[in-house]
Amino acid sequence: MELPCGVSKSTYAQDMAVIHTRTQWGLLGILFAFLCVLPFFLNSLWLGIVIHTSIVLIAVLGLHILTGLCGQISLGQAAFLGVGAYASTLLCAKLNFPLPISIIGAAIFSGCFGIIFGLPALRVKGFYLAMSTLAAQFIIIYLFIHVRFAGGSQGLFVPIPQFLESKINLYFIIMGTAVLATAFAKNISRTKAGRIFVAIRDNDLAAEVIGIRLSYYKLLAFFICSLYAGIAGALYSLYIGHINYEHFSLMDSIWYLGMLVVGGLGSTSGAVFGVIFISLLSKGTSLLAAQMPILGPQVASTIGIIVFGLILVLFLIFEPRGLSHRWEIFKKFYRIWPFSY
Amino acid sequence: MNEMAENNAILKVENLELSFGGVQALKGVCLDVKQHELLAIIGPNGAGKTSFMNCVNAFYHPQEGRVFFEGRDITNLRPDQISRLGVSRTFQNIQLFVGLSVVDNLMAARHFKMNYNWLEGAFYFGRARRAEVENRRIVEDIIDLLELEPVRKQVVETIPYGLRKRVDLARALVQDPKLLLLDEPMAGMNAEEKEDMARFIIDVYELWGISAVLVEHDMSVVMDIADRIAVLDFGREIAVGTPEEIKGNPKVIEAYLGKAAE
Ligand SMILES: Nc1ncnc2c1ncn2[C@@H]1O[C@H](COP(=O)(O)OP(=O)(O)O)[C@@H](O)[C@H]1O
Ligand SMILES: [Mg+2]
Repeated sequence: MELPCGVSKSTYAQDMAVIHTRTQWGLLGILFAFLCVLPFFLNSLWLGIVIHTSIVLIAVLGLHILTGLCGQISLGQAAFLGVGAYASTLLCAKLNFPLPISIIGAAIFSGCFGIIFGLPALRVKGFYLAMSTLAAQFIIIYLFIHVRFAGGSQGLFVPIPQFLESKINLYFIIMGTAVLATAFAKNISRTKAGRIFVAIRDNDLAAEVIGIRLSYYKLLAFFICSLYAGIAGALYSLYIGHINYEHFSLMDSIWYLGMLVVGGLGSTSGAVFGVIFISLLSKGTSLLAAQMPILGPQVASTIGIIVFGLILVLFLIFEPRGLSHRWEIFKKFYRIWPFSY
Repeated sequence: MNEMAENNAILKVENLELSFGGVQALKGVCLDVKQHELLAIIGPNGAGKTSFMNCVNAFYHPQEGRVFFEGRDITNLRPDQISRLGVSRTFQNIQLFVGLSVVDNLMAARHFKMNYNWLEGAFYFGRARRAEVENRRIVEDIIDLLELEPVRKQVVETIPYGLRKRVDLARALVQDPKLLLLDEPMAGMNAEEKEDMARFIIDVYELWGISAVLVEHDMSVVMDIADRIAVLDFGREIAVGTPEEIKGNPKVIEAYLGKAAE
C-alpha cells in the first residue's frame, strides 16, 4: 500500500490504520452526509433501487470473503439469502420473535447452513467445489418449496413492523447495515482471519505448513459468507414484503459472482464498486430500454442481463483485476500529481 | 530448563522408509539433531533430502519409521500441529502467499501467536488491535534483521527471486521456531546473495540458540557453518559426522566423484 505524500508514520498502530489523512476523514464525512440526505432527494423508484443495491452489497461482501479472499467459489449465494429471508420471516411470524432477534437468528442459522454446504470444500477444490455449491443452490430451493411452514411455491408474507412501512426508515436501517457490513469486511480482510483466508487461496499447502488448520478456516469462510447472506436475505424480505423461491435463483448467484469479478476479486472496495457499477448499469439500461419502444418489450426486459454479460466478458479480457485495480492506479496518479517522479 | 531436554536430541528420526510407487525415496534413515545444533544434509539430486524434511513436518507420511520432536512422537500429527510445536521450514521451490504483501506474509505466519477470534478482528478493537500492533512490531524486527525494509509493503508477486527466498526464511523465523528446516535456502542465488543468506542463518542460529537442519549443495558454505553433516545417497544415509570427518570419508568421496564421473 502506498501512502499519500507527506504522511510519515511514527507508530505501527498508525501505519496499520485504514484512514491516514485529514482529507480522507473529510471525504468519509462527506460520504456519510450524502448517504444521510440521499433518500430525501430520490423518488420511490430510485429509493427502491438504492435499497436493493445495498442489500446486494451485503450479499456480495459475504461472497467476497469466501471467494475473493479464501478462493472457494460459491454458486449458491442467492440460496443462502433465501435461507436468511425464510428463517427471519418464520421466526418473526410463527414464533413472534422481535425483529432484530429474528434477523440475527436468521443470520446465524444461514451461517450454520453454510457450514454444512461448505463441507465438500474440505475434499474438493475449484471446479468440483463450484459444482457442489451449485447443488446447494438447487437443494435449498427445493427445500423452500417442499418444507412444511415454508408456504410451498406460494411463499410467505412477511410481517413488517409499522416503523418500517416508511421506505425512508427502511433505507436507513438497510444502508446502515450495509455500511457496517463493509467496515466489518474490511477489518476481517486486514486482520488474522483475512490473511489466513488469502494464504489458503494462494497456497493451501504452505498455509498448512505454517500451522493453519485448513478445515477450520475453510468452514469459517463459508460461515461468514452465509452469515452475510442471511442478513442480506432477512433485510430483503422486509424490503419486498412477500418471499418465495423465485427470488433466490441461480441467476442471482451468478450476478453476485459477476459483480465481484468486475469489482476486482480479493478487494473490499472492489466488491463495493462492482455492486454499484453493475446494479446501476443494469437498472439504467433497463429503464432506458423501456423508453425505447423500437426494442420491444422482450429486449427491454432482458437488456440488463445482456449488458451484464457483455461487461463481464470485457472485464475478463481487458481488466481481470477489476475496477479496484483501476482505482489504485488512479489514486497513485492523484497522489503524486502534478509531480510525477 | 529441564535436564532431559538439554541432553536429548531435539529431533530424532528412526528408520524412515518412504516410497512413491517403485521409487524408494528414503531407505531406513536414522538421524538426530541435538539442541542448538546445525545439521547439514548433503547429497546429490534425488537423494531424498527434501523427502526427509517433508517427513519431519508431516507433509509426507513415511510408510515406516518414527519421528520424535522434543521426545514426543509426532509421526501421526498434521503439518499444522507440528508447526505449532515449534518446527518451521522453508521450501526449495519458494512457497509464499503471492497475493499478500511481505508484511502480511509474515503476519499470516504469526497467526497462532494472536489470541483473538475473527469477530474481534471484524471490530478491530481491544485485544485484536493490541495483538495486531504487538505482532507487527515483532514482524518488523525480523524484517530489519533480514534487511527486507525496502519491499515490506510490496506484494510478493512483484519482488525478485533472491528477496523471495529471504521472505521465505523470514516467514519461518517469525514463528519463533525451536527447530528450523531450511531446504536449499541459497539455491539459484549469486555469490553475494548467498553470502547474505549464510550470514542471516548464522546470526539467527547464534543469537537465538535454535536448532536447524540445512540442506545445501554449496560445500564451502556447508563446511563453514554446519556442526555436523549427514550425507544421503539414493535414500540411504551413507555417512554422518563433523565436517572434517566427512571431508575424508571415502564413501562420500566415492558418491560424489562417482556422480561427477558419469
Ligand atoms: N511427491 C513425489 N512423488 C513421486 N516421487 C517423488 C515425490 N517426491 C519425491 N519423489 C522422488 O523421491 C526421490 C527423492 O526426491 P527428493 O527428496 O526431492 O530429493 P532431493 O531433495 O534430495 O533432491 C526422487 O527420486 C524423487 O523423484
Ligand atoms: Mg530437494
